[in-house]
Amino acid sequence: MSETADTVVLRTRELRKTYGSQAALVRAVDGIELDVASGETVAVMGPSGCGKSTLLHLLGGLDRPTGGEIWLAGRRVDRMSEKALARMRRDAVGFVFQAFHLMDELTAVENVELPALLDGRPPRAARRRAAGLLERVGLADRAGFLPAALSGGQRQRVAIARALANEPLVVLADEPTGNLDSAATVEVLRLFEDLHVAGQTLVIVTHDSRIAATADRMISMRDGAFIDETRLTGGTSGNLAGLAGLEG
Amino acid sequence: MQQEVVLALLAKEPSHGYQLRARLRQALGPLGDAMNAGQVYVTLTRLEKAGLVTSEPSPGLPDRPDRKVYELTPTGQQRVTDWLAEVGWPGPAPAEFHLKLVAAASARLADPLTIVDVQRRELFRRLRDAQRAAMDEPDGSDAGLLLEGLVLRLQADLRWLEACERHWTGRKEPR
Repeated sequence: MSETADTVVLRTRELRKTYGSQAALVRAVDGIELDVASGETVAVMGPSGCGKSTLLHLLGGLDRPTGGEIWLAGRRVDRMSEKALARMRRDAVGFVFQAFHLMDELTAVENVELPALLDGRPPRAARRRAAGLLERVGLADRAGFLPAALSGGQRQRVAIARALANEPLVVLADEPTGNLDSAATVEVLRLFEDLHVAGQTLVIVTHDSRIAATADRMISMRDGAFIDETRLTGGTSGNLAGLAGLEG
Repeated sequence: MQQEVVLALLAKEPSHGYQLRARLRQALGPLGDAMNAGQVYVTLTRLEKAGLVTSEPSPGLPDRPDRKVYELTPTGQQRVTDWLAEVGWPGPAPAEFHLKLVAAASARLADPLTIVDVQRRELFRRLRDAQRAAMDEPDGSDAGLLLEGLVLRLQADLRWLEACERHWTGRKEPR
């Protein structure tokens, strides 16, 4: 893997994904230009059907674009062979989904170690790392539990630990709080914040303003295109007291 | 009645007071019923004294406020432009923000979607602040509950902005 001099981990140029043809042509992703810096958290927000999930699938190599370029750490993703793409998905990308996508018949720790085992790591090392990751997401004491015995927030934390199993260059999360109540949402938000502090690059697509507000950058998406961008770090006037009705 | 609202509704074209009232009723629906019928005229008289509007009596009619045609002065025009660009906090109140979008669209002074975008950026920064403060609180703290309230209100405001955006997308005139 060639290292690029700049700090952009993930880059797209003129990225397009269309379905159907002619009159029935749907431009799910329509000319997206995205640069995600190393260690950055980017949230892409928009209503359902705006193309944000399709975009995430393209970024993670789960789907092929109709046109344009995707670069991950200096490697052109959109032209990779199926084999190389599968390897990239396993080694370089961590996925977090709304519905958790855990294996029901495997315990928490077995779910977390699975990507490392599939990648051919020695079982003992994979188990050690999985146990460490569960500790990191605050679930060391739940390692032997099946997903059915865990709360929604705990399941999503297991899924996040699994996403980190192979030390991915980027974690891609699709509505990670979509199935969670308010308290569980805060658990996941805290965890993403910890990952951010640890330097993990994150791309989150969501329609939950609460999770989008934890990002460094929030991009609004409509009809397959980016329409607005807000940098959330720095420069806030922070008058929460005024909002709370406490006049200063 | 906020002066800027009346000014902004006048930005579309010189109008009679009753036309402004009709626009307000259309924009506010049942909430507009709470307004006193004379409020628009009181506001117009104040605006005229302040040099923000001028009035012309309609030919052949008595010189009464409800018979005059009002028009923005250049100073009034500038005030409207400034008001549209303003991002108030903790406001603006829902009605004020709504009327801002209505006025911007009808007078074609600004794109309502731009106003929505600017407001959304501001709300997101606030939400981030509130969210961070809430996450720093230990579970179950009293202060955390207050911060949770702020987070929920900001989320509700952001959802309303999404609705505003859908409403004004691809539409140039109030309906």
